Amino acid sequence: MAVARTSVTPGTRYRPVTGRPAIVWALLDAMLLARRSVLRTWREPQLIVFVAIQPVMFVVLFRYVFGGAIQVPGGQYVNYLMPGIFVQTVAFGGVITAIGLAEDMQRGLIDRFRSLPMSSSAVVTGRTVADLVRNLFTVVIMLAVGFLVGFRPGGTIFEFVLAILVLMGISFAFSWISAFIGLLVHTVEAAQSGGFIWLFPLTFASSAFVPVATMPSWLRGFAEHNPITVLADSLRGLFHVNPALTTADTRWALIQSVGWIVAILAVFVPLSVMQYRRSTAR
Amino acid sequence: MKNGYPIQAEGLVKTYGKVRALDGLDLQVEQGTLLALLGPNGAGKTTAVRIFTTLLKPDSGRATVAGYDVTREPDRIKSHIGLAGQSVAIDEYLTGLENLEMIGQLYHLSARDAKRRAFELVAQFDLIDAAGRVAKTYSGGMRRRLDLAASLVAIPPVLFLDEPTTGLDPRSRRQTWEVISALVVQGTTILLTTQYLEEADELANRIAVVDAGRVIAEGTSDELKNRVGGNRIEVAVAKDADLSRAAEVVRRHLSTDVSIDPHQRRVSGPSRDGTSQLAGLVRDFDAAGIAITDLQLHRPSLDDVFLTLTGHQAEQEKAAEPGWGRARRAS
Repeated sequence: MAVARTSVTPGTRYRPVTGRPAIVWALLDAMLLARRSVLRTWREPQLIVFVAIQPVMFVVLFRYVFGGAIQVPGGQYVNYLMPGIFVQTVAFGGVITAIGLAEDMQRGLIDRFRSLPMSSSAVVTGRTVADLVRNLFTVVIMLAVGFLVGFRPGGTIFEFVLAILVLMGISFAFSWISAFIGLLVHTVEAAQSGGFIWLFPLTFASSAFVPVATMPSWLRGFAEHNPITVLADSLRGLFHVNPALTTADTRWALIQSVGWIVAILAVFVPLSVMQYRRSTAR
Repeated sequence: MKNGYPIQAEGLVKTYGKVRALDGLDLQVEQGTLLALLGPNGAGKTTAVRIFTTLLKPDSGRATVAGYDVTREPDRIKSHIGLAGQSVAIDEYLTGLENLEMIGQLYHLSARDAKRRAFELVAQFDLIDAAGRVAKTYSGGMRRRLDLAASLVAIPPVLFLDEPTTGLDPRSRRQTWEVISALVVQGTTILLTTQYLEEADELANRIAVVDAGRVIAEGTSDELKNRVGGNRIEVAVAKDADLSRAAEVVRRHLSTDVSIDPHQRRVSGPSRDGTSQLAGLVRDFDAAGIAITDLQLHRPSLDDVFLTLTGHQAEQEKAAEPGWGRARRAS
C-alpha cells in the first residue's frame, strides 16, 4: 500500500465550510443521512418487499378473506378498509427507523457519527425523514392497489391532499416513537420485536379494520381515542367513503389527529435526541 | 490546537453499576507520537477512548484532547479528532466512495472537497478497484481499511484507534501498521489500544500498560523490558547426561542463579554482557565435549513484562487467535 506518497500536514488542506447557522447544518446533515437510508432501501430487495409487498398482502387478506364477514354501516367494506390500512401501513413502516438505528448502534456507526462535528439531531431526523419518503412511496402503491380492488375515494383534490398530509404527519410521529425504541434497545432483534409489539394492540383495537361499535365497552373507550382510529376516521371523512361520518365528525377526528401528531412529536423528538446523545455501542 | 499534550487525562474514573471500568487513569500523549494503551479485555481501554472522543462522560477526573476539555468543550474536540472504533463502522449499503464522501460532508467539508478527499483516500488505501462497489461485498481486510480511511477524512491531528487490527489476517495487519506508522511520521498524535504485545512493540513510541482501569506501568518498550530484568542466555543440550555439567558451565559464566528445565534439557541464566558471554560459553561447552542443540540470547518480551507487572496473562483471547497472538521474539 503506497501510504507515505501523499505527505500532508494534518488539518491544512481541507477546511470545513463555516458561517452557517446550526439549524441549517442540522437540516443539511439530516438530508445527507436521509438520502443514505433511502439509498439503502433501493439496494436491499428485502426492504422493498417489506415496504411494498407486505401492505399489499394486508389489503388482499382483509378485502377478500375477512372482508366478506365484516359488516360496516352504510357502504362497501373496501372503502371502509383502505383508509385503515393506510394508517396501519405507515405506522408499521416506522419500525424501519428502530431497526436502522439499532443496527447503526451495533455496528459502531453511532459511535462514529457522535465523534463527528455534525448536528446531534441529524442521525435520528435522517432516519425518520427516510421513513417518510418510503411511506409516501408505499402509500402511492397502495392507492393503486386499492383502486384495483375497488376503492373509490370521493371529495375534492384539496381534501385528498389534506388526507395524504395528515397521513404523512402520523407517519413521521410514529417514526420518532420508533426511533426512541431503537436507541433504547441496542440490538436489531430487540428493535424488531420492540418496534412492533406496541403497534399490534394499537392497530387492532382501533377502527382500522372494524367499526369500534362492536367492541365491548371497556375496549371501546381505548379504541375511540386511539390515534389510529382518529386518523382512519379523518381519512374516511376526507375521502368521503363512509356515509356514517358527518362533516362535524370528520372535523373533530381531524382535530384529534393533529393533536396526536403534535403531542407525539413534542414528547418523542426531544426524548430521542437526548437518548441519541447518550448512546454508545456495547 | 492549544499548547500542552494533545491527549491528557488525570484521575479518570468511570463506573458501570458496581464495575469500575476506569479507576483513576492518568495519561499523557506527546505531540506527534503514538502511545499504545496495552491491556487485556475489560482493562478499560475502550472506556478511555470513549471518554477522549466525547462519547462518554467521566464520573470524575479531567481529560483534554487538543487542548479542549472533554466535558466542557466536546464540540470543539470533534473537529480535531478521528476515531476508528473496535467494530467496523461503515455503511454496508453505500459504496466505499459514498461512505467516505458522507463522512467528509458530515465533517462539513464542501461537497467538492469531500469528493476529492474520498478519491485520495481510496487511492491511498488500495481500494480504487472496489471504490464503486457497496461495502457489503468487501472482504474483512478491505472493510478495516475503509474504516481506517473514514477516520482520516478530516486529516485529524489527533487520532484514536481502538484495537484497529483485531480480526485481521497477518497481511492486512502488516498493511495497517504501515499506514499507522506513516501517520505518525506525518505528525499525527495517536492513541492506540491493543491487546497484542507485538503490535505495541512495533508501533508505539511509548506504551502504557493498563489493568483494572488504571495505568500500572508506562515507558518505552525498552524501558518496560528493563524493568523486568536484563537479558538471559538459554542453552539446550543434546543428552540428558550432560545437563548438570552444562549447568555448571553456565553457573561459572553467568551467575549462580540459573534455572534448569530437565524436560526440555534447557539451562538458562541472566546475562550482563550479552553477546560477549555467548562466545566464552561456546568455547567451554566445546572443550568439555557437551553437544548443544540451541543457544539463545533472550531479551524479555512484553509478554514477560505483562506477566511480571500484573501476575496474569495479557491476552485472554490468545486461544481464539492462534499463530500471531503473542509472538515471542528472541532477539
